[in-house]
Amino acid sequence: MHELGVVFSVIKQIEGIAAENEVRKVSRVVLELGEVSTVIPAYLADCWKWAVKRTQILPEAELEIRTIEAVTYCEDCGKEYPTVRHGKLCPYCGSEKTYLLRGNEFIIKEIEVE
Amino acid sequence: MGDYRIIEVKQSVFADNNADAAKLREELAAEGTFLINLMSSPGAGKTTTLKRTIASLAGSVRMGVMEADIDGEVDAAAIEQAGARAIQIHTGGMCHLDADMTRQGIREFGTRDLDLVILENVGNLVCPAEFDTGAMRNVMILSVPEGDDKPLKYPLMFRNCQLVLVNKCDVLPVFDDFDCERVKERIRFRNPDCKVIFLSAKTGEGFDEWIETLREWIRAFREGSMTPPVHYDI
Repeated sequence: MHELGVVFSVIKQIEGIAAENEVRKVSRVVLELGEVSTVIPAYLADCWKWAVKRTQILPEAELEIRTIEAVTYCEDCGKEYPTVRHGKLCPYCGSEKTYLLRGNEFIIKEIEVE
Repeated sequence: MGDYRIIEVKQSVFADNNADAAKLREELAAEGTFLINLMSSPGAGKTTTLKRTIASLAGSVRMGVMEADIDGEVDAAAIEQAGARAIQIHTGGMCHLDADMTRQGIREFGTRDLDLVILENVGNLVCPAEFDTGAMRNVMILSVPEGDDKPLKYPLMFRNCQLVLVNKCDVLPVFDDFDCERVKERIRFRNPDCKVIFLSAKTGEGFDEWIETLREWIRAFREGSMTPPVHYDI
């Protein structure tokens, strides 16, 4: 829903990093995206293609999205399970006392520069 | 082809906004501007609630409202008519406000002569919850016709609020599958510290508690004893 805003935010941060490192051209950007980060990869990629063209330093930058699997931990039985398949309820004991271990990340992992 | 090199970044994308929001909160604390971020789905009654709030605080609290919408000026006009200063912010298609947009609105508005500024965020239960605006308190309105299952469907919204106003309680007899105890339980399941007030912006029922909460908040903010909210990204 807000992928374009997120893309603008990523671009702004990359421009900042590029300025710090005296980089004039960014050719590739690697993002790590958790399965439950609320950002949809396909929309992100579409917005990316449109938005980078309007920039000075990354008009042709390729985007790589690496997915991080979401895993939830159950406090009652101590087991871990895949969040996307089972949600908030533990599939082993039915408890709701669970919390997300990983999978909500949205990280600029690395950028490739010329 | 030129020489390539890789820069390891490992920076969270929302970190920028979180840092900016914390900075804006400090700026507002320094100049004594108490900012509340008000969120809800479209049609939950944000503007009607604000109009009655303005009337209730008239004469004792100087209040301003920043209306964030994708387009249009109807809300700002309604607020001005109710007697508070208003500014309309157009988000240009964006579905939420971030800290930087909020700052721009505040600067343009000029809030130094106001005791309370309420930011009426874009009507949406998803994106506004993800972006910290820099407000000192986050309040959401859930209206009865929307159903008591919303805390289960929009967890982040309920997690990031310090207060939920359950609005349109005057229609409870019609929407009799809306269970007040159940909605409270579901809100607390997401956010054990969240305060819940049942009211009706139409009849004024429950408004005393909301107005009293506002007065207490303003007092605590002035004394400097108010703790800033914790913002969850997920």
